Amino acid sequence: MTIPAAAAPRTLYDKIWDAHVVDRQEDGTCLLYIDRHLVHEVTSPQAFEGLRMAGRKVRAPERTIAVPDHNVPTTWDREKGIDNEESRIQVEALDRNAREFGVVYYPVNDIRQGIVHIVGPEQGWTLPGMTVVCGDSHTATHGAFGALAHGIGTSEVEHVLATQTLIQKKSRNMKVEITGRLAPGVTAKDVVLAIIARTGTAGGTGHVIEYCGEVIRNLSMEGRMTICNMAIEGGARAGLIAPDETTFAYVKGRPHAPKGAQWEAALAWWKTLRSDEGAHFDKVVTLRGEDIAPTVTWGTSPEDALPITARVPAPEDFTGGKVEAARRSLDYMGLTPGTPLTDIAIDAVFIGSCTNGRIEDLRAAADVLRGRRLAEGVRGMVVPGSGLVRAQAEEEGLDRIFKDAGFEWRLAGCSMCLGMNPDQLAPGERCAATSNRNFEGRQGYRGRTHLMSPAMAAAAGVAGRLVDIREFAAQPA
Amino acid sequence: MEKFTTLTGIAAPMPLVNIDTDMIIPKQFLKTIKRSGLGVNLFDELRYDRDGREIPDFVLNQPAWRNAQILIAGDNFGCGSSREHAPWALLDFGIRCVISTSFADIFFNNCFKNGILPVVLPQDAVDALMKDARKGANARQTVDLEAQTVTASDGRSWSFEIDPFRKHCLLNGLDDIGLTMEKAALIDRYEMQMAQARPWV
Repeated sequence: MTIPAAAAPRTLYDKIWDAHVVDRQEDGTCLLYIDRHLVHEVTSPQAFEGLRMAGRKVRAPERTIAVPDHNVPTTWDREKGIDNEESRIQVEALDRNAREFGVVYYPVNDIRQGIVHIVGPEQGWTLPGMTVVCGDSHTATHGAFGALAHGIGTSEVEHVLATQTLIQKKSRNMKVEITGRLAPGVTAKDVVLAIIARTGTAGGTGHVIEYCGEVIRNLSMEGRMTICNMAIEGGARAGLIAPDETTFAYVKGRPHAPKGAQWEAALAWWKTLRSDEGAHFDKVVTLRGEDIAPTVTWGTSPEDALPITARVPAPEDFTGGKVEAARRSLDYMGLTPGTPLTDIAIDAVFIGSCTNGRIEDLRAAADVLRGRRLAEGVRGMVVPGSGLVRAQAEEEGLDRIFKDAGFEWRLAGCSMCLGMNPDQLAPGERCAATSNRNFEGRQGYRGRTHLMSPAMAAAAGVAGRLVDIREFAAQPA
Repeated sequence: MEKFTTLTGIAAPMPLVNIDTDMIIPKQFLKTIKRSGLGVNLFDELRYDRDGREIPDFVLNQPAWRNAQILIAGDNFGCGSSREHAPWALLDFGIRCVISTSFADIFFNNCFKNGILPVVLPQDAVDALMKDARKGANARQTVDLEAQTVTASDGRSWSFEIDPFRKHCLLNGLDDIGLTMEKAALIDRYEMQMAQARPWV
């Protein structure tokens, strides 16, 4: 007996995909409906200009949400305007485009402004089962809700603005399962760095990753967002986590979440959003939660991640093109093979970004810093992911802890994750960062980035070098 | 979008793996509100020193490859950020084709929107083309999209796979938005169905 295609077990990705197909060509190319389009100032001006030149409108302005984040200053005097002329022009262009085309907009001075991937979930724009796109590779973040979310280029931004659809071919299905439990001191950031270390930065290319297993189930929404955020660093355009009670509890009551009877109807559908028993995955990777240690990067690719107890590797430890890449990374990072990672001295700490700029991240860092201070000569910056995260942190007194520890407490934005605003590393400066990319020049020209969790970054700031949070936390403040 | 049919030109060898979009076009050049003019800053931090002087060792600064139209690159080219400024910068410099064993998905997709052909070939083919490219300006390679072949300067040739729809769009320089606009009635119908099935969206 053959099982009819409709009854074949489907993955979570298959289900969301199927629910959004507007048209399918014979060759399998689909027109996919987009439920939410998030927009920021860097990748949108050319797209709006394209619409204007062609006399086109935004098809669904009520599904289009714009917020400036990359260029905005994070200093407390930012209402006086942006000094850098190009940055100012770009933010002003978003302001003008948002108003002219009538899309939902959170301007710089709105308390709800922040990093687009923090604002979307916070305001309830991101919901399970949706398709979400943005001209930004970290759109993968929204996959934490069981939404199919991925980054697009500016041409596609224009396409979505004009048609509310994307031309897409389906990706393959990949499952990453994390079994068991995490040891104390090990966080979502360590999990995702460990995954990327295992699969490589191209391991997920051509795939949508579904993260599952007991470790993922036990994570908060903040932790799940950290994991999905870095799906792109593992090569996958999108990461997914099946929605569950944790998801529903987070979403309920958000400004743009459904209410009343619509909530009940939505919930009924959301509960069906999980991979069926026996659904086919093209690739499966399994890690044991117990095997994951606090993890840091040593090189200039996110796959250059190791347990904090390890030593800096040598180029000869690798094969193929990676030998030369490792040599180049070590030279760029100013590191000698064989050095214990815990001997690496740092100059700066950056806590923030769409990876780790949410309230739980700030709490984790503040817990480490309570009663402690940054080491002599180390500068620290905390940049909340949104105005509302900042307000919440201030209500909890976290700002006080950071300031007492010698950190700068800033306004919301992308900030030093990519340094498009003045928040940058100086050449040679070495930073313990909670962000997502350690690429050459990412945080500033010749700047050196080590990626890690908020608690590890805070502890590194106090010690003046990379440290194992498990040993650090045991010491009295 | 400019059509891509066949291209015969100089190929620049860049064997480094994981060349990311921050390397292709660093963030300080993302502040533009235009698509053009980024070629001068392509690979900026590999190409110039802090004072803006050319770094002589960098391949595109060497006389043989200054006018390259093809890039032969290491694995996973274009990883990282979704910035379409990366293909814009390549195009503005004059690069119309990038050949590698693998590309990051978003960059790969962005190329097709800008008349750039990303070609995926097996390691041995990329190695052979890399070696050929190192010969310099006389070693011209030919990329034929219709025939789906890349031919080295010595006449050796390799076939590559490409999605038929993408090939069609590239060969004819078709504008995606125009194509989709023709399906407006289907989008209208989907939205009406959605208002029933998922009214909360």
